[in-house]
Amino acid sequence: MSTVTADPHSDAHADHGHSGGFLSTYVFSLDHKVIGLQFLFSTLIWFFVGGMLALGIRWQLAFPWRPMPILGDLLGAAEGGQIAPENYTMLVTMHATVMIFFVIIPVLAGAFGNFLIPLMIGADDMAVPVLNMLSYWFMWPAFALIGASFFVEGGAAQGGWTSYPPLSVIAEAAPGSLNGQNLWLLGVTFVGIASMMGSINYMTTIIQMRAPGMTMFRLPMTIWAMFITAILQAFALPVLTAAGFMQVSDRLLGTGFFLAEGAMANNSAMASGGGQPLLWQHLFWFYSHPAVYIMILPAMGMVSDILSCFSRKPLFGYKPMVYSISGIAGLGFIVWGHHMFVSGMNPMLGMTFMVSTMMIALPSAIKTFNWLGTLWGGHIQYTTPMLFAISFISMFIIGGLSGIFMAATPVDIFIHDTYFIVAHFHYVLFAGTAMAVFGAIYFWYPKMFGRMMNDSWGKVHFVLTFLLMNLVFYPMHILGMQGFPRRLADPYHYETFRNLLPMNQFISYAAFILVGLQIIFVINFFGSMFFGPRSGRNPWRSNGLEWQAPSPPGHGNFDFQPIIYRGPYEYGSPEVEEDFYPQNQPPPEAK
Amino acid sequence: MNRYWSVLFLLVPIGGVATFIVAPYFNMGLPRDVSEHGHVIDSLFMFILYLSGAVFVVTQLVLFYFSWKYEQGSNDQPVKYSHGSHVLEIVWTIIPAITMLFIAIYQMEAWATAKMQPPDIRPLVEVTGRQFNWDFRYPGPDGELYTADDFVRTDGKLYLPVDEEVLLKITSADVLHSFFLPNLRLKQDIVPGMDQSIWFKATEKGGYDIVCAELCGWGHYKMKGRVFFLSADEYEAKLEEMRLDENTMRVVQDDTLDTDE
Ligand SMILES: [Cu+2]
Ligand SMILES: [Cu+2]
Repeated sequence: MSTVTADPHSDAHADHGHSGGFLSTYVFSLDHKVIGLQFLFSTLIWFFVGGMLALGIRWQLAFPWRPMPILGDLLGAAEGGQIAPENYTMLVTMHATVMIFFVIIPVLAGAFGNFLIPLMIGADDMAVPVLNMLSYWFMWPAFALIGASFFVEGGAAQGGWTSYPPLSVIAEAAPGSLNGQNLWLLGVTFVGIASMMGSINYMTTIIQMRAPGMTMFRLPMTIWAMFITAILQAFALPVLTAAGFMQVSDRLLGTGFFLAEGAMANNSAMASGGGQPLLWQHLFWFYSHPAVYIMILPAMGMVSDILSCFSRKPLFGYKPMVYSISGIAGLGFIVWGHHMFVSGMNPMLGMTFMVSTMMIALPSAIKTFNWLGTLWGGHIQYTTPMLFAISFISMFIIGGLSGIFMAATPVDIFIHDTYFIVAHFHYVLFAGTAMAVFGAIYFWYPKMFGRMMNDSWGKVHFVLTFLLMNLVFYPMHILGMQGFPRRLADPYHYETFRNLLPMNQFISYAAFILVGLQIIFVINFFGSMFFGPRSGRNPWRSNGLEWQAPSPPGHGNFDFQPIIYRGPYEYGSPEVEEDFYPQNQPPPEAK
Repeated sequence: MNRYWSVLFLLVPIGGVATFIVAPYFNMGLPRDVSEHGHVIDSLFMFILYLSGAVFVVTQLVLFYFSWKYEQGSNDQPVKYSHGSHVLEIVWTIIPAITMLFIAIYQMEAWATAKMQPPDIRPLVEVTGRQFNWDFRYPGPDGELYTADDFVRTDGKLYLPVDEEVLLKITSADVLHSFFLPNLRLKQDIVPGMDQSIWFKATEKGGYDIVCAELCGWGHYKMKGRVFFLSADEYEAKLEEMRLDENTMRVVQDDTLDTDE
């Protein structure tokens, strides 16, 4: 099949994809662009599902126990559409599971990683196209298992997306721990296998398949971010997979890795035990903290590229940016304990993890300052992708700063597991990553489909999303400041939280509108495929190598031999008359 | 005028600061603190809030200013063809590094007091979290916990003396729970099978919420308790009253952490 080679002429792939009919072109395709789009479409559908689950949560918090119109029945609530308490815990568990494992991780690495890596480094495809195809198709068992889990006896998993034992292990402890949890664990394992195949492929491709002249320090930030992400995946995932199997074994074979001796719940039989519930938390967060970066680094990379392009000036501090994300890759493995400050873990460890966590804030600070530096003295063009990219900086500042509160151990005693943390990670993952992904879709859409998305409707989508998202997530800081706990179906019978009902109703109304208005994006996305104006190769006058290929690129990507002369951020270079200077354009004297 | 897009980003620092200023007028914010150590956590919270608030406002204003000033149609200067600045990189690495390290070291004392230095006193009550209730085991007339005359209350009401350092044993009968007293700035996850305790000193009489803050199953939301702080006399009287109450459960086995009667 494919050969691992730095030779961009390699036409080893020349005949697959063309030969077959519909099935081999669009379904079991080996072409990285098709696979990328398959990931994109799948994740957009799951994004919708995850959004619906969020609406269920917001309904219950705004109108506790009142029957939910329309959606109530769909979300498997009790009769009449009222959300039953066990359904509420299912909703919070599955909202997070779907958004993290089926949306954010696969949309960044799967969709954009696949689509962009070969195009940006000047390769004709991934190093191992078959592995690439499999990495997409291994998502389907996960989709099927977790999709089916909603319909098994007891319903989908209810132990939180963190699946802390004993709740997740003892079948009697929660209805969702009966069958749903098995499917959850298997599903997540399949996601892990898919990610692992992807990350091996990305690392190999980025190391081996770069076009002549494309040195590591001429790679766009997007590629650097994908590279670091792939490394994080490859080293962290085996731990989650192993822990997942241990939990399966605890559940089905009666081993007791995560249960104390004699553990029981809800009149279950006593477990032989001999293990430790905290062991799971250590293993889980050893994966899931690096996963936090898996969920943000590629977004940062894409934002860097968009910012430089529409500031018409070089990215400020390219190398410090590269070093700082490399630093994240190292530090990311020694901070997991900050999720466990009040877990019962030795408090001495809390101090160590506090220091390492404070230090990991540094790379984020460096990146933020460099993005501001990129805007400084530029010629900013307010296109839709640029608006999303600037909003990413603004929102990431909020998400980054609110992280300091949780990193400070004494403060975390109070705000741990409150809405403060909910606000924090939604600022990072929704206001941050999801907004960056919207920006990236508007930006690379012309390359994907050869047509432009509508810019005016794009801006309408941006303004409304930006405003409403802040109305949804910002007040959650205040909720958290009052100690309002997450994952609570009815917090209002606590005296301390009773007065927060109006605020929650406000948030919920904003959330309903926020979800509803995404129809603007959906129409624009699908409509532009047919009615958008043709974009040509390089509609944004961008330097990136991907923009010099045809739109959309044919099989094998480039209709010329890419040879790279410079980095991707030479905007406004004095060497040329134009304000951009593509990576593959020969220097003037060579003409 | 295209540059007006930047005004959208100006709304962020304005709205962001305004929210925190307005919230107290609607009675939202840190709940009333009735503990001796709580003000330490509150002041650390406020310290980080002011510090990060300042960084927030400055960076957001810079972001707004740049996106206002350097809009393509409004900036008649040529693009600054700059790839970065070593001096700036060093400055904005070192300043945050020192600040973050300072915050970390500044917090350690409070953390150590809160979680690492239990007072040398006898445990007063054993708290057991179970799906979905809080049980409390009190010592009998001998004043010692874990003896045969202990008794257990299952009504979710915990009575403790005010103005007195107390040490509680916390255990779980089934899954993880978290013992959260918002008004005492106290939270500790309870792990079944682990020997855990918490300590604090309440400074005001009255009743306050006990919240379960770790997902423990479908009834997690209703796992509510109340803690009442009483004067020494009232506390003694209450203990006696509870001991004689017919709803009170006796402890049969002693020398065990198990509260099951
Ligand atoms: Cu983390
Ligand atoms: Cu609970």
